[in-house]
Amino acid sequence: MAEEKKLFKVKIDNISVEVEPGTTILNAARRIGGDIVPPAMCYYSKLQGSGGKCRTCLVKVTKGSEADPRPMPKLVASCRTTVMDGMEVANITSPEVQEARKGVVEFLLLNHPLDCPVCDQAGECHLQDLSYEHGADTTRYEFKRRTFDRIDIGDKIQLHMTRCILCYRCVFTADQLTEKREHGVLGRGEAAEIGTYIQQSLDNNFIGNVIDVCPVGALTDKTFRFKNRVWFLKPVDAHRQCEDPKCCGKTVLWMRGDEIFRVTARKDQYGEVEEWICDTCRFDKKDVKDWVIEGPRKIDRHSVISQGHYVGVHKPKDTLVEVLDGRQPKLLLDIHNISEVNRPEIDLSKIDGPAHSDDFNKK
Amino acid sequence: MGRKLLFDKAHIEGIRYYDVYRANGGYGSAEKALRSMTPDQVLDEVKKSGLRGRGGAGFPTGMKWSFIAKPEGVPRYLVCNADESEPGTFKDRYLMEFIPHLLIEGLLISSYTLGCNSCYIYIRGEYAWIPDILEQAIAEAKKNGWLGKNIQGTGFDLEIYVQRGAGAYICGEETALIESLEGKRGNPRIKPPFPAVKGLWDCPTVVNNVETLAAVVPILRIGGEEYSKYGIGKSTGTKLISACGNINKPGVYEIEMNISVEEFIYSDEYCGGIANGKRLKACIPGGSSVPILPANLLLKTAKGEPRMMTYESLADGGFATGTMLGSGGFIVLDEDQCIVKNTLTFARFYHHESCGQCSPCREGTGWMKRVLQNIENGKGKMSDIDLLWDIQRKIEGNTICPLGDAAAWPVAAAIRHFRDEFEWHVLHPEEATKRNYGLAHYADPLQIAAPAAV
Repeated sequence: MAEEKKLFKVKIDNISVEVEPGTTILNAARRIGGDIVPPAMCYYSKLQGSGGKCRTCLVKVTKGSEADPRPMPKLVASCRTTVMDGMEVANITSPEVQEARKGVVEFLLLNHPLDCPVCDQAGECHLQDLSYEHGADTTRYEFKRRTFDRIDIGDKIQLHMTRCILCYRCVFTADQLTEKREHGVLGRGEAAEIGTYIQQSLDNNFIGNVIDVCPVGALTDKTFRFKNRVWFLKPVDAHRQCEDPKCCGKTVLWMRGDEIFRVTARKDQYGEVEEWICDTCRFDKKDVKDWVIEGPRKIDRHSVISQGHYVGVHKPKDTLVEVLDGRQPKLLLDIHNISEVNRPEIDLSKIDGPAHSDDFNKK
Repeated sequence: MGRKLLFDKAHIEGIRYYDVYRANGGYGSAEKALRSMTPDQVLDEVKKSGLRGRGGAGFPTGMKWSFIAKPEGVPRYLVCNADESEPGTFKDRYLMEFIPHLLIEGLLISSYTLGCNSCYIYIRGEYAWIPDILEQAIAEAKKNGWLGKNIQGTGFDLEIYVQRGAGAYICGEETALIESLEGKRGNPRIKPPFPAVKGLWDCPTVVNNVETLAAVVPILRIGGEEYSKYGIGKSTGTKLISACGNINKPGVYEIEMNISVEEFIYSDEYCGGIANGKRLKACIPGGSSVPILPANLLLKTAKGEPRMMTYESLADGGFATGTMLGSGGFIVLDEDQCIVKNTLTFARFYHHESCGQCSPCREGTGWMKRVLQNIENGKGKMSDIDLLWDIQRKIEGNTICPLGDAAAWPVAAAIRHFRDEFEWHVLHPEEATKRNYGLAHYADPLQIAAPAAV
């Protein structure tokens, strides 16, 4: 029998957890779960080297370790700091962390267009959730926000840099999932932008995953753009036998009636995909016949997507007449009896095109 | 005259070339180290000398060297940080331009100590002519058996490569420098792991400033013990100061770290006083990123002691009433200079140079610049001053690399010490745009503090 690995005891917001050495503070917090999990906009557990950039997951280390109990002088990025034995971390219990996080959210929103009403990501946007929880009501920024032109990356993906928060997740995805890297960051500072050099199209079979990893609406699915709001759609788990050996074929279909509006990978509670899917599954299989539907996808009840209440919905067996105990529905009042404004002789459905006041003035 | 260790022979004509350098005792320290000392003995000497990093942070060099990981079969690298881009700092340029062999000798000794066989000089792209000087010096040293294989028959191999940067301030940060050296985008890495464990090409690496590496030469020449007798307390040895601004004699000076700031500004040996008979208003003693100090706090600490040109004395009082020695970019402002404009200049620089990797710095530097632009152009509001304070507070300490701190400190210090000048700009927008001198009364306490100047 193998010797048991020594586990590190960590206290996050006074909740103890035992994790393996090498675990990051963020992952230790995720083991506990709940409110004490720091938000992460750039960290993605499936992407090597991601994290540390957005600074929303800053936490305070109040005790370095059992051996060296000194607190760390600065707030640290919990997604890239590994735990030590006996470490004590303050996240939501530290006003300093809350203050810093508020600052970071303000910085992230500084140049963000806040065009959620027309953004396809709205409803499943991490930045939206983050600003809802940690942001201020108004902005103190009085200057013009930076804008970029929309760029088509291939014929299926659109990049709208104006919304980007430069989390680098898509860069890591393109780097680690596809064979040839064509995706990177150009420019410096405020002018930095995600780019494919000379707008080279990324026609790799796995590049569609950049849409799933994007925490905001900077990378969107062109086959889905402006088709529907995500909270009007019904997500169902489905799978198919995919020809690509690297693709798991397990997806979520976003449906309305029998129509599949879009296909995405399955995401866990932290918005990370469980397994990558290929572009054929994502973009080309939009017919119900292609898929084996497993059942409704479980969506966190705090998400706006769960507003559809599609889980556990059943058709009522009783008809209205039965509910009314034999009473018949009756007309209470005919509006035309008391109003001259309404003209019952004018049938709106017979008017060609939109109704106009002239239609009612005809005597 | 202050004692000199680096520039003691700088005045000799032709010291740039090997023959003259060698004839004046050059490569004597290297010879001593390579022939008669083990690497550990050299390290001991450096530790004894108390040499501290001259690039800005002032970390003890000997300790930094002892941190380097030494796994079997993995090469170690020494990288010389010559990406000197801090506004106000130009000391390394002088050293590399006029005494390149001093740096090469320093690199040789340091590489021997650390056990590196490859060494890189990462030089700022704007110093377009200096790589040629360095490469010529490297070729000379190679010809004379000080570089290459089996140096001077000791069996030690070393190659020095000069790599030009592409003009980014951020590549002066050690991990960004390493990324850039590897041919990638110059984004700072997230620490840990530190370069001493995983640096260049994932191998243990030491990154040191030009001046630090050059200072190893006099340490071996006179011995670590003797070197530590220069200066005061933990600030041992000499420091190159690049003085600029409203002074009579701008330039690079080598000072022993035992003189006062007052002496440095007013004595004829160094800056020679404020130009045009004006009075001193403020000073940024360590390059653009360190906090600015008004004249009264610059010459005397809050406790009333005279302020010395040392790491400790300049930092006395913390950020409330002190500053930092930094990289030694000594910028002097006379009474006619506008602090708001000066702060805007720095804010614009940091906005331009932010790499854009982490959000507080990427977004915050631009915001600060724009708010300052409004104040400077007479469009400011009183609330903007508090806003600036709040922005800098939220940038400082929350970024990956120290550039965020460097961008926040000048703004914080300017508001801390010169708040009424910002208010004056807001209250007198028209005057502020026409007659941009700011307020001059910061120079007032000077008459008591520096009678020698009159």
